[in-house]
Amino acid sequence: MTVFERPKALSDVATHYCPGCTHGIIHRLIAEALDELDLTGRTVGIAPVGCAVMAYDYFECDMIQAAHGRAPAVATGVKRAIPENIVFTYQGDGDLAAIGAAETLHAAARGEKITIIFVNNAIYGMTGGQMAPTSLPGQITQTSPYGRDVESAGYPIKVCELLATMNGTFYAERVSVNTVKNVRAAKNAVKKAFDYQNQGKGLSIVEIISTCPTNWGLSPQKSLDWLAQNMIPYYPLGVYRDRGAE
Amino acid sequence: MERVLMKGNEAIAEAAIMAGCRHFFGYPITPQTEVAAYMSKRLPKLGGVYLQAESEVASINMVLGASAAGVRAMTSSSSPGISLMSEGISYMAGCDLPAVIVNIQRGGPGLGGIQPSQADYFQATRSVGHGDFHVIALSPNCVQEMSDLTQSAFDLADIYRCPVMILGDGILGQMMEPVELRRIPERELPAKDWITSGTAGKRGHNIVNSLILKPEALEQSNFDRFDRYKLIEESEALCEEYMTDDADIVLAAYGAASRISKNAVLAARARGIKAGLLRPLTLWPFPKKNFAAAAAYAQAFISVEMSMGQMIEDVKLATECKKPVALCARTGGMVHSPDEILAKIISVNGGNYN
Repeated sequence: MTVFERPKALSDVATHYCPGCTHGIIHRLIAEALDELDLTGRTVGIAPVGCAVMAYDYFECDMIQAAHGRAPAVATGVKRAIPENIVFTYQGDGDLAAIGAAETLHAAARGEKITIIFVNNAIYGMTGGQMAPTSLPGQITQTSPYGRDVESAGYPIKVCELLATMNGTFYAERVSVNTVKNVRAAKNAVKKAFDYQNQGKGLSIVEIISTCPTNWGLSPQKSLDWLAQNMIPYYPLGVYRDRGAE
Repeated sequence: MERVLMKGNEAIAEAAIMAGCRHFFGYPITPQTEVAAYMSKRLPKLGGVYLQAESEVASINMVLGASAAGVRAMTSSSSPGISLMSEGISYMAGCDLPAVIVNIQRGGPGLGGIQPSQADYFQATRSVGHGDFHVIALSPNCVQEMSDLTQSAFDLADIYRCPVMILGDGILGQMMEPVELRRIPERELPAKDWITSGTAGKRGHNIVNSLILKPEALEQSNFDRFDRYKLIEESEALCEEYMTDDADIVLAAYGAASRISKNAVLAARARGIKAGLLRPLTLWPFPKKNFAAAAAYAQAFISVEMSMGQMIEDVKLATECKKPVALCARTGGMVHSPDEILAKIISVNGGNYN
């Protein structure tokens, strides 16, 4: 009896992600949600610029590769053209909260009926570990070698809190994938986000607190510990908006 | 057929609707805003989508998404807004996506002014964004052509899978003329088997993408795209020849400048100077053959532009500098008078090419 297998929505290819990176888990959760809700055939995914730039090769649904930060605008165009379909973006912190902040906020303001999967690992991964809009105060990166100084570099952006203030945001939840328990909660959140979109509700976003062992300079296990000790206190997990439950 | 009085910008919008465009994404900017206003009024009643984006950066990416999903989509803007769209236009070229982009040019650089200009010629014909690519650039010079060429633009975009730009200017966009809202015959279009609108479980996934990390493969994809560009250059160049049969002095002008040039040609002929006009309707591809042929009979050329000498480079290239090419330029929102073009013709006819 098979007890564990590759979700059908996940392509049978090797990914380029570093060992210990949490992108693989998050890809799997999306694929499981698409399988369980039977959405793959009418889903269009939008890949970002960043570590997940090649996500278009990893999902069995139709995929578009967007310019840096523009995924919510591309998703808007797709969704408005084919409103019966399911559209999701997969974005990192630099893509969503820095260069794409305007596209993100306005997609939420319009209540675009799309799902945003936001991977927050507090660093630019693809370019080799620079300070991100979500890097923590004091966090050492390639471009904050003395630690993030909030006096000059400003404060990390709390995306779920921000989007929760917008009436177009139907659902915003922050989860993590650092423990089995949290992975299960993350799965429920991802599935809920797609389910809301399938019901024609407004924008749904799941922020996933993630690791970057390579650029944090930590082992995968120590990265999970660092996440629990440093990121979750700054970025508390939980539901920030759920208009389906209000 | 009945003719109606319309602004150029409105004729573009109505023509797009006639061509089956039901998705418009834009951002307000003078002097093109009538396109957006017209679409915001008409499209919802046709079951279409008018969406005012948060920026030109967003609007071009919405066009990209809608195009990838398989529908005819467009945006319109004016010079500074087109600069903001350049990233998205480059991505669309790299993804081989059709779309129609309208640029109703105003004076620049920077914020410039809001009066008519043709200073975005280089931008439209060389490269609107980064990388090796072209867009087809169409140049109407009256409201009727705003309608006809906009419809052609959608066909060209679908046939060659590339962005097509309508390069107008503030005069053409704002002026009213009688126009016959005729549907020009649609060309034979290829099937859109590449779109990302859901697999429906019936095919493998489609990917719309411009990332090609292997240099050999990226080079080959550029080679393939340029094979298509060659085909476009061979078969899609359009040029109006006005009194060129016996012309000694041949003017080159497009858009609003070409209308004034026609008056100057007539005035020159009244004085016994055999002047003529070559008017490109396609700026890319530039109608090289018309200019090469004219180089055999003309004594000299004058590039009449509302810019500081941009199209003149194409005139020199197309004529292989076989004859002198003079420049008659106004810029910054200033427009030639027929008299100053006539003065230039007289000067050039007298052998002064400066």
